[in-house]
Amino acid sequence: MTARELVLGRLRAALGTDARASVEVPRAYRRAGMRDLEQLVDRLVDYRAEVHRLAEADIADTISGILPSGATVVVPPGLPPAWLPSTVTVVVDGGLANEQIGAADAVVTAVAVAVAETGTVVLDGSPDQGRRVLSLLPDLHVCVVRADQVVAGVPEALARLSPHRPLTWISGPSATSDIELNRVEGVHGPRNLHVILLP
Amino acid sequence: MTRTFLGMPVTAPPGVGHLRGAEPFPSAARRGLADPQLRRNLGHATKTIRAKSAGVIGEVPDWQELRAAGSAIKTDVMARLPELLEQLEAKVTAAGGVVHWAADANEANRIVTDLVRATGGSRVIKVKSMATQEIGLNEALEAVGIEPVETDLAELIVQLGDDRPSHILVPAIHRNRAEIREIFLRTMPGVDSTLTDEPAALAAVARRYLRQTFLTTKVAISGANFAVADTGTLAVVESEGNGRMCLTLPETLITVMGIEKVVPTWRDLEVFLQLLPRASTGERMNPYTSMWTGVTPGDGPQAFHLVLLDNGRSAVLADEVGRQALHCIRCSACLNVCPVYERTGGHAYGSVYPGPIGAVLSPQLTGVADNSSLPYASSLCGACYDACPVKINIPELLVHLRDQAPHPRGEATAMAAAAYTMNRPRLYQAAQRAVRLSRLAGRRGRGIPPPLDGWTASRDLPDPPAQTFRDWWATR
Repeated sequence: MTARELVLGRLRAALGTDARASVEVPRAYRRAGMRDLEQLVDRLVDYRAEVHRLAEADIADTISGILPSGATVVVPPGLPPAWLPSTVTVVVDGGLANEQIGAADAVVTAVAVAVAETGTVVLDGSPDQGRRVLSLLPDLHVCVVRADQVVAGVPEALARLSPHRPLTWISGPSATSDIELNRVEGVHGPRNLHVILLP
Repeated sequence: MTRTFLGMPVTAPPGVGHLRGAEPFPSAARRGLADPQLRRNLGHATKTIRAKSAGVIGEVPDWQELRAAGSAIKTDVMARLPELLEQLEAKVTAAGGVVHWAADANEANRIVTDLVRATGGSRVIKVKSMATQEIGLNEALEAVGIEPVETDLAELIVQLGDDRPSHILVPAIHRNRAEIREIFLRTMPGVDSTLTDEPAALAAVARRYLRQTFLTTKVAISGANFAVADTGTLAVVESEGNGRMCLTLPETLITVMGIEKVVPTWRDLEVFLQLLPRASTGERMNPYTSMWTGVTPGDGPQAFHLVLLDNGRSAVLADEVGRQALHCIRCSACLNVCPVYERTGGHAYGSVYPGPIGAVLSPQLTGVADNSSLPYASSLCGACYDACPVKINIPELLVHLRDQAPHPRGEATAMAAAAYTMNRPRLYQAAQRAVRLSRLAGRRGRGIPPPLDGWTASRDLPDPPAQTFRDWWATR
């Protein structure tokens, strides 16, 4: 007998005659709401992310203000080149080694969805967001969010996302609550998170 | 190899893993109670988290509706567990993953060590996982010469301090910042004594210490917070980014998951992703949540193994009242509100699952006889039930398990005698008079004589009243 048969057999025996119809799940919680950009900003700032609100044409200028001149920036292959200032060295990911990504000063990506109520941005590996490792190793992550990508809550975000893509939900910079149960920023992920919010 | 008869639910085997303490709760608790530093650390940490959690739960207008949904989804999962696991297996396999089934801790440890050895690696990086602690995976890996590196900050503190975890969420909750600094100075090469005990400085040291290990280790081992049956998606919820490192950088990922962690649909995550962070770390959302379905070409590990672990869970499922302990999403809110946990700390519970949920889960996984003192590690105040985001009725379970625990003969005899007496008014009156005589005899404040002295080991016998109700009534 395989372990699979053994475990499934035990579970069926454990349930006995209880293994019947499914249970009705009451879903009286909020499943849709009004998107609130001010709330998103408030939540992000609360996590100590830096928020910049501007028009798409001003992205490059803003990034040149965030990053020192000559900084190395890794970007996913589908990121609009117009977003990047001429003051930085841009390295486009086409299968970079982890060491190269880790050596970069920053990464710039788009996002798939942002959740106002929880201050979360979600990356799904689309061409303008790239492989998961890109937004992981550099110490500074700049992500660009369009207002129409913002949803009110978690249910709307999940409804927009595909489970068949690798998803990374990011709520503020890397942090830990492991020392005396207080949230402090900065462990293994990027210690600085900048969110550029477009109208 | 002989096997238990097919279909008989079996408890977790002894001699492997960390579900059984070396001594009963009352004697282990005494050590925690006598440690003023431990009590200060715990009191501070649990007070902090209670306030934070209450704040973010208070701003969600539909918290009770979310709890009701979470509870119902879990009830549904338990009722359909075999079919949901088969569905999960099919979806993970279709997405390029390999699914393994482990009847118990020994089998899971064997599967994982064989998988690691097959990669040729001699070191693994680990994401914090209760399931792998439960089965003692680190010891199994070390026994065959594979070095497990815990990458969660608190787990690292525990591992470097040669310590035991004492909390589900924050295994090093019993340590304060000064003690953590001490451990880092002692065990991490290249850390100099100018290191302060500022949490951000301590976190930065951990970042430097582990970065090279993340980049050079080929195998990672994780647990899972959720596994979605209808898509095959796995989810890991974390804070530091160590989880992302382990789930992204290595070539091979091995996830060990208790079979109760499956949820039926993608949509069900909308409930748990709201409940878990607010109940657990008291955040609107934890910093990082990773979700993956099988293998993604060109992104992350190209070999993915999912180990489905029973290890006593089928035995818990067999108890219709007890099975709600399997609803637990490991948020640890019940620990943070428990007056007993706050004073004794997690080590007193013996098992990797401490606190109220541990007091009902551990005895069921091992069989009540092996953890018979844990159902009594509670005042039944009910704070855990109120705090639980999936509404596990822990007080009900505690009483249910107390009923199953072996009771001393003296107790049963005393209860039978009391019932006999109370059923006979004259006898009862005589007994009351006899108790009053003990007042004259000056027995105040002392315990009951053996064999009933267990009852007064941690209680004072109340003074018998000068006048009973019956006496007073008769004089009216």
